Amino acid sequence: MSQADMAMHHPGGVMTEPAFAVPARKMAIWLFIIADAATFAACLVAYGFLRNGSPSWPAPFKFSPTVINAMVMTFILITSSLTMLLGVRAGKAGDRAAAFRFTVITAVAGIVFALLHLREWMGMIHEGVTLFHNPWGTGLFGASFFSITGLHLTHVVGGVVALLVVGGRYKAGRMDADHLEVVGLYWHFVDLVWMFVVPFVYLLNVSR
Amino acid sequence: MVDAPDVLQTEPAAQYTDSLGKYIVIYLCILALAGVQFVFAYSGVHAGGRFARMFLVALAEAGLALLFFMHLWAEKRGFLLFVLVFTGFVLAAMQYGWTDSNRMERGVPNSQPQIGTVR
Repeated sequence: MSQADMAMHHPGGVMTEPAFAVPARKMAIWLFIIADAATFAACLVAYGFLRNGSPSWPAPFKFSPTVINAMVMTFILITSSLTMLLGVRAGKAGDRAAAFRFTVITAVAGIVFALLHLREWMGMIHEGVTLFHNPWGTGLFGASFFSITGLHLTHVVGGVVALLVVGGRYKAGRMDADHLEVVGLYWHFVDLVWMFVVPFVYLLNVSR
Repeated sequence: MVDAPDVLQTEPAAQYTDSLGKYIVIYLCILALAGVQFVFAYSGVHAGGRFARMFLVALAEAGLALLFFMHLWAEKRGFLLFVLVFTGFVLAAMQYGWTDSNRMERGVPNSQPQIGTVR
């Protein structure tokens, strides 16, 4: 089809092929993911910078409860990625009921993850760790811990809301499987970030 | 690079037609790698070594999630390259600050702020 033909069929302007044959909506979430990866990377690099330059960096995390809690949270988040994948797969196959069911399971897993995270935060705050102070050494520990895990937790909570909204609208027939795929990509990204947060923020600071 | 067999020129590439078994194998691999990180945390290696090992394992986990859970492998190869090169460049550029962090740690001349001095 010539450009003139395309302009005639699309009076709003000349339509071109989508970049890399990726639809605009999916390209948008990928660009968001790249930008968000830079945000998390900046936080983790800044954390490494502080940790490297602070002589009294504490290693307070005991196997029980913190490391066990991190294990359970990791298991839940990785499993939720699988259920999200199954939901998108069902959606692409036209099985709306299964897609909605898996999306809700994913959202519930996200809620459990967030609750576990908040419980852990409460435990640390109870031990005297705040944004600017902790009983073990440099106050920067609390600032970096709460900043990084808080940023991730915000993403999880946002993801749960997005899953419930998109899942509900998909079930009602107002959205299609492509919308589900987009929110699924976001959820996988949240899982992917956790794979770096756990070793750097938790496991490098375990008490021995 | 050659596109995956199911990539059409004008269609959204990732079709989500892989078998359930493939997804479960990848899920188990990611879980196992996550478990390895916890083992490394209690190994007798020094902090630098533990960091390097955990980082490599995290990269492997992230790679599996990117390629198969996020279906980057099923997209056009140009898109795969775009995402990897673009992200890799941005992340690599962030490592510039390490030189200064190491200077501060070792207390080399002019690495600390000169309090009370007038420039």
